[in-house]
Amino acid sequence: MQHHTLSCCGGVRPSLPPPPLSFRWSKIKREGGRRLPRCARIAAQLELKPPPYSLSSLEPHMSRETLEYHWGRHHRAHVASLNNLIAGTDLDGMGLDEIVVVSYNKGNPLPLFVHAAQVWNHDFFWQSIKPGGGGRPSGRLMELIERDFGSFDRMLEEFKRAALTQFGSGWAWLVYKANRLDVGNAVNPCPSEKGNKLVVLKSPNAVNPIVWDYSPLLAIDVWEHAYYLDYENRRADYVSIFLEKLVSWEVVSDRLDVAIERAAERAREDETRRQEDDAAVTHSEAVEMYLDSDTDDSEAE
Amino acid sequence: MALRALFTKTAPTLASGLGPFASAGGSGTRWQGLCHARGLKVAALPDLEYDYGALEPAISGEIMRLHHQKHHKAYVSNYNDALEKLDAAMAKGDVPAVVRLQSAIKFNGGGHINHTIFWKNLKPVNEGGGEPPHATLGWAIDTDFGSLEALVQKMNAEGAALQGSGWVWLALDKERKKLLVEATANQDPLVTKGANLVPLLGIDVWEHAYYLQYKNVKPEYLKNIWSVMNWKYASEVYDSEIA
Repeated sequence: MQHHTLSCCGGVRPSLPPPPLSFRWSKIKREGGRRLPRCARIAAQLELKPPPYSLSSLEPHMSRETLEYHWGRHHRAHVASLNNLIAGTDLDGMGLDEIVVVSYNKGNPLPLFVHAAQVWNHDFFWQSIKPGGGGRPSGRLMELIERDFGSFDRMLEEFKRAALTQFGSGWAWLVYKANRLDVGNAVNPCPSEKGNKLVVLKSPNAVNPIVWDYSPLLAIDVWEHAYYLDYENRRADYVSIFLEKLVSWEVVSDRLDVAIERAAERAREDETRRQEDDAAVTHSEAVEMYLDSDTDDSEAE
Repeated sequence: MALRALFTKTAPTLASGLGPFASAGGSGTRWQGLCHARGLKVAALPDLEYDYGALEPAISGEIMRLHHQKHHKAYVSNYNDALEKLDAAMAKGDVPAVVRLQSAIKFNGGGHINHTIFWKNLKPVNEGGGEPPHATLGWAIDTDFGSLEALVQKMNAEGAALQGSGWVWLALDKERKKLLVEATANQDPLVTKGANLVPLLGIDVWEHAYYLQYKNVKPEYLKNIWSVMNWKYASEVYDSEIA
């Protein structure tokens, strides 16, 4: 039986080169995610990864009771549901990032999306915080925060505002944005690291910015179950304490490094591909596209 | 019947369509002063007809208190706030502001509408909560769902399956004169699913409605809430629409 460990080890795992989604999706649609015969089932079970600290170590900011329910019940249930829904289908054996993107289905999500994304989100969330967290970031992360938001405090304000205006259930994020257009031959004509930046976003329910091709750096869960036992309706207090006492800026910084490296690599790939395309055009024989014709169609009769 | 004003086809207008939700008194003297000047009817937090603890053990007093005094009250304040800003924007002809305010109106106005109905469709057991519907509504349920048990099962299944925040409704399609079960997301009122739909019963499945007592075991909350369901209210609404 295969085991796939989850990818969140304090950093965003650079995802695989974009899968041929159209191919894979049409395959899934044809097969409808149907189960393979029992003997052929691959049970690639995703695991419930524990937080890198004990369940009581975030007290008093996030209680042991909250962790027991949030991680021990909610997160655990999503892992179980996901494993159940992908067993024996084409998604079985894929990495979690890929399962999330594929099941998002460009905005028309499959039923299993909520489970895949919530597994991803919660792994990411537990890694984003630590006992004795808070404080201020430094180094490149702080430089980019100051460059893109004006100041650390301004970034915090924007993050808080996103968290407090995400109506209903959802998440608020700090992400690194280095998107390309979602078109096969789209290449940024003026690639520059300066076009990449830090952005604050919010998303509803289980939606996760990797489906929009962002690199998440930090997340806060604003589903009510994340804070109700400790803060009741006072989401604002929860968000403030999260930022002041829990965030692990080291982890955020590591994720930023990975994201920047990934963006640089993609830019290099794009550049190589563009050069190859240019070379191909120059060396190929010119094909006569527009043939002369004696008939003059443009004249009205 | 005043309740009819709830169920108009058009979106609530500022003028008079707010019916039982509106109050000239508002939720504070500040509202009274400003909004009287413009003739703006603001929303007010309705009182419950029972004590916070009266729905136990189905729903704890602690939840009822927070749900009413914090959540519903916040919807009312935020709605009134947005309403005042909307009024100013409309008066100035500030179209971008008018558009920008729509989501706050929808979220908070919807929250106010939905919770106002919710408090009415719950009742302590010793005042008739949980007593099954009879007569017209009872027959309609049997016709459209087979039995009351089947209806309850359907609503509970919808409620359990709802991901995120939202509501499950027993709705009357007043055009087709049929009952149906519907779900809405966040604080979307039932009319967002169809202008002909009239809410008879709503179950709040936002986590704040049950978390302190039931934690993640939403199905248990859904099972127990029926013991305090006010079928009499649902019947009255049904009869007034069908007549």
